[in-house]
Order: sequence, then structure tokens, then C-alpha cells
Amino acid sequence: MDSLQHLASGFAVALTPINLMWCLIGCTLGTAIGVLPGLGPALTIALLLPITFKVEPTAAFILFAGIYYGAMYGGSTTSILLNTPGESATIVTALEGNKMARGGRAGAALATSAIGSFVAGTIGTLGIAFVAPVVVDIALKFGPADYFSLMILAFVTVSAVLGSSAVRGLSALFFGIWLGLIGVDLQTGQARFTFGLQELLDGVNVIVVAVGLFAVGETLYMASRRLSGGDEIIPLRGSLWMTKEEWSRSWKPWLRGTALGFPIGAMPAGGAEIPTFLSYFIEKKFSKKPEEFGHGAIEGVAGPEAANNASAAGVLVPMLTLGLPTSATAAIMLSAFQSYGINPGPMLLTTQPQLVWGLIASLLIGNVMLLALNLPMIAIWVKMLQIPAPILYAGILVFATIGTYGISQSPIDLILLYLIGAVGYLMRRYDFPTAPVIIGMILGPLAEQNFRQAMTISAGDWTVFFTRPLSASILLLAFIAVAGPKLYELAKARKSDPALAKS
Amino acid sequence: MLETNVPAHPSRMGGAARGEIALALGMLCLSSVVLWQTLEIPVSPIYARVGPTIIPMITACGLGALSLLLLVSAVRGGWQTDEEKEYTPDRVALSWLVVGMLANILLIEPAGFTVASVIMFTLAARAFGSLRIARDAAIGFAFSLSAYIGFARALGINIGAGPLERGLESLFKLI
Repeated sequence: MDSLQHLASGFAVALTPINLMWCLIGCTLGTAIGVLPGLGPALTIALLLPITFKVEPTAAFILFAGIYYGAMYGGSTTSILLNTPGESATIVTALEGNKMARGGRAGAALATSAIGSFVAGTIGTLGIAFVAPVVVDIALKFGPADYFSLMILAFVTVSAVLGSSAVRGLSALFFGIWLGLIGVDLQTGQARFTFGLQELLDGVNVIVVAVGLFAVGETLYMASRRLSGGDEIIPLRGSLWMTKEEWSRSWKPWLRGTALGFPIGAMPAGGAEIPTFLSYFIEKKFSKKPEEFGHGAIEGVAGPEAANNASAAGVLVPMLTLGLPTSATAAIMLSAFQSYGINPGPMLLTTQPQLVWGLIASLLIGNVMLLALNLPMIAIWVKMLQIPAPILYAGILVFATIGTYGISQSPIDLILLYLIGAVGYLMRRYDFPTAPVIIGMILGPLAEQNFRQAMTISAGDWTVFFTRPLSASILLLAFIAVAGPKLYELAKARKSDPALAKS
Repeated sequence: MLETNVPAHPSRMGGAARGEIALALGMLCLSSVVLWQTLEIPVSPIYARVGPTIIPMITACGLGALSLLLLVSAVRGGWQTDEEKEYTPDRVALSWLVVGMLANILLIEPAGFTVASVIMFTLAARAFGSLRIARDAAIGFAFSLSAYIGFARALGINIGAGPLERGLESLFKLI
């Protein structure tokens, strides 16, 4: 097959010593920031965006992808040993994994999650290699109107469907879109929302927003409730070698988790939460020992952890083929592409085959590295969990200023960083999701561009989004995604409880 | 499911949630600023149809409508869980952090990255309850200086050179 040939050429790129080094740095750094609570891949890649000025694109993306995958591996270690899920997708891992660790089976929990991540990551990455060309063929038929509708779909699912509240999710999204609008409008040259500040003409830098929301906001939030019971670290006990029974209880959940995670992640809606939760419930159903669920069932770690990593691989499909990021990390990677002047989209695979296939090959290599980094060397990462909170968060704060002040050596950026940090703190405190801000900020301007192109082509006819079959069906999907669950609930409530239907 | 929710209601109806109301009002203010600034964008007649103001207008209206929805929800008792509501943020810790950030903004230009960072590092560690100021400052110094050297040397990015950094630089050159 064509993909295999491309993949072979990708390995030729990825196996050069220098790219192997970038991959190793990425995987190590990714695991480290995944393990440390309070740091995540989106933040780390944002802080490293300045290297796009120094390093060639292939190397930079190999580094970023290593961080992206590594953070998934590292994050599960923290979930299992500390019960502090870094991101919502690892909540489920913490659920059963932490119980296993408390029961003295930390080793097995870490092993099944690392090997499951490896299996899912490898299958998922191969999935990218085979699915991406297919998606490209479809995407080539897309016009600006279709793209705009696709972005609306992504906006809606990312903010309104996946979170706990549609209103708060959309508020975060619109705030992000507004941040993305600040600066000179590229089509007309008009300054928008710059409040007369020279510094804002180029727009608000995504580094400032990502670092402000994720690092400064998180630090403020953790400080505000530093006395609310710290989680204890469970010492590493139990053999890392899984028993025969543990193997036989793990391999099916790995595959099922992968089968759930990759397709859902690859959809332009994205999100790792749905597949991980689905996987959890499915495993509970399939398990021969469902009574163990809630007390440390290995299937409850193996399945969701695989689903999480497979969906992380899936997210790269719309990012590479459509230029459509559906997670905060993917959005930051998209802005890295932009800073190289590369437009991810259907043409990427033909214009930058070296980059794309090199990246995919290095993800496969990275998975092997990550397995080695996360199993035999697990004790090192566990030590990182013992960094005391004052030092950890003070370090995160200083780290945050590095990337920010480096942008333009202006204290204005620092002021902006801390202001956005304050917004991030409020969002955290009042339960607003932060990822839609980043996605809105990166995708907003692209959506606007497609909107205006579509409107220019149609000579100002607004109906173009509804008369093109492709665009119309995508918009219909978006509408169903938002309104569907509500209508269903309403219908159900009306049926079962006539009194409630009135209110 | 429905039955169990009922007892929770009276406590929520007890009063409007102050924090959430403030937040919704703040967002309403933001949306009016966005609206006002959108109206300030000059539009050339050539672009009148799909000009630079359409998406900003939608954004302003979206933010406005959402903040009204949040306001309604806040007046009805807010959306935070009771547990979250009863939690009072540690104001002292937050103040230490704010002082640290202000110091950072004021010091980075005159004093340079390392000095500004050490001071923020120490204040932030204090915010998280550390009382070992000398140890924190020492760790902060080692951390900031290595970060500075890493970025300035390896990546060639100036993250704020002050007297200390320039001094070290010339020292290196002498050797």
C-alpha cells in the first residue's frame, strides 16, 4: 500500500540521529511534565514555541509530538499514585488505578497503563498513517463554506457538548474568539480591539494566553486552596511484571479502548473524555469480575488508558488533514505550523511529505521510547512527585515568564500574562473549561477567513452555508450535537413526568 | 434521580450566588466593551458586505447573550456545587502571589530576568506556605539562572538581560 511506502520514507527521516535525539528529548520532557501536577502538554509546547525560529519544522514537530504523547504516559502515573487527574481524560484512570495502588498493586496498574498506552498509541499512530490519506481525498472537495461549517461543528462540540455546561463552554469559546480577533485584520488592514496599544497590533500571542490560563491560573487556584487536604503519594509497591491473570484481563480492554478512542478522537469533534468514559462502562459490563470495579479493577485502568492514548493519536488526523485542532494541545501545534508559514490541511501531505511521514514514524519510535522510559525507569518519575508544592509552583510561575518575556521583551506581555492568569483563576474557580479559549483563539481567525471567502464567492449570499449539501449536513450535525441531548431529555421528561414538563 | 435532587433545592433557592453574579456582570461589561470597540472599527464601503466587523459583532452579541444567561443562572442560586461555594479562597496566599507578580513586572526591565525571577520565586513559595526564605531564594536562583542560560545560550532568545546577566556574560568572555 501507498501508506506503507510513505511510512518507510518517514522512518528514514525519523531515524536520523538528530531526529532521534529530538524524539527522546520530547518523550522525556513530556513524561516529566505529565507527571508533574499543574503542567500539561499544551502549556509546555506553548513555552517551546520560540524554538520554531531556530529549529527546522520536522525536528520541532517531532519534539512537540514526543511531548504530546509523553504527557499522556506521565499523566497516568500521577493519576494512579496521587489520585490527582491532571486532565479530565485521566479521571477514569485515577478512579480504578488509585484504588489498585492503595491495595498494594501500584506496579500492575502502572504496567497495564503503560503497556496499554503503548498498544493504543502504536495502533492509533498506524491509524493516522492509513486514515489521513483517505480524509485528505474527502477534504479536497471542501470549499470555504464547508470548512466554515466544519469549524462551527468543532466549536460547538468542543465547547458545548463535551463540557459540563454548554453556556460556560460557549462563554469560554467566545472569549477565545475575541482574543483571536485582537490585532490588525489581515484582509482590510483595520486595527481591531487594540485600544490604541502598539503592542496589540500583532495580536495577542497564543503563548501568553496558554501560559496565563494553564500555568498562572493554575498556580493562583492551587494557592487559593492550598490547605484543602493535600493528596498523599502512594509508594510504589507491587511488581511491575504483570501476572498471567493480569495480562489476560488487560489485553482485550486495551484493544477495545483503542477501537473506541481512535475513531472518536479522529472525528472533527474530538475529545478524549467520551471514549475514556465509554471504555470504562464497557469494561465494567464485559468484566468477569464486575464487583471489583470501584475497588481497583485492572480492566478499568487498561481500557480507559488505551482509549485516552488512541484518541490522542486520533486528534492528529483532523489537525494534519483539515487544519482543525480539537484539543488545546493540537491548537498550539497548529499555531506552530502557522509560525513556519505552513498551512495544515489537505495539501500538507503532498507539500510536506517529509514532515508528515517523519512525524508519524517518529511517533511510533517515540512510543517504544516511552514504554522504556515509563516502566523500567518509573522510580525516577515517582521521585518528581515528591517536589514540595512551594518549590513546584514557584518554579512553574518563573517558567511561565520565560516564554512570555522572550516574545517581545516588553513588560506589557507580562501584564497581559498575569491578567489572563487571573481570568484563568476565575474560570477554574467557577468551573469554566479552558481548552475552548485556546481553540477559539486559534481557530476563530481561520473560521473568519473561510467565512469571508465563502461570502465573497457567493457574492454576499448568506444562504450559501445551507444550500451546499456538504456544508448543510455538517451544520445539521452541529445542531443535533447541541440540541439533540436537550430535546431527548425534554421528550423523556415529558413522557415520564407530566408535572416536570410544565416547568 | 429526581427525588434525590429535591432536598438540595431549598438551600440553592436561599439566595442568589454573589460570586457568580459578579462574574456574569463582569462578562456583560466585557461584551459591551467588545460591542463598543466593534462599532469603532472603521469600515470601508468596498468591504461593507463581508467586512471586518461581522465576526466581531457576532462575538459581541454571543458574549452578551451568554453573560445574560449566566446572570439568570447566578440570580437563581448559581451553578457551583455547595462544597465549592462554602470554600473561602486563601486570600493571604493569593496576595503573596500578586505581590510576587507585581514585583516581577516592575523589576524585569531594570534588574533583569534572574533577579526578578528569584524575588517572584521566593514570594510564590511563601504563598504556598514555605518559611525557609533562604533555601527558596537559593533554589530560585539556581533555577532561574540555568533557565536564563538555557534560553539565552541554547536558543538565542533574550528573556531579559539585566546587570547580573551582562556581568556574567562579560565574565565568561574574559575566561
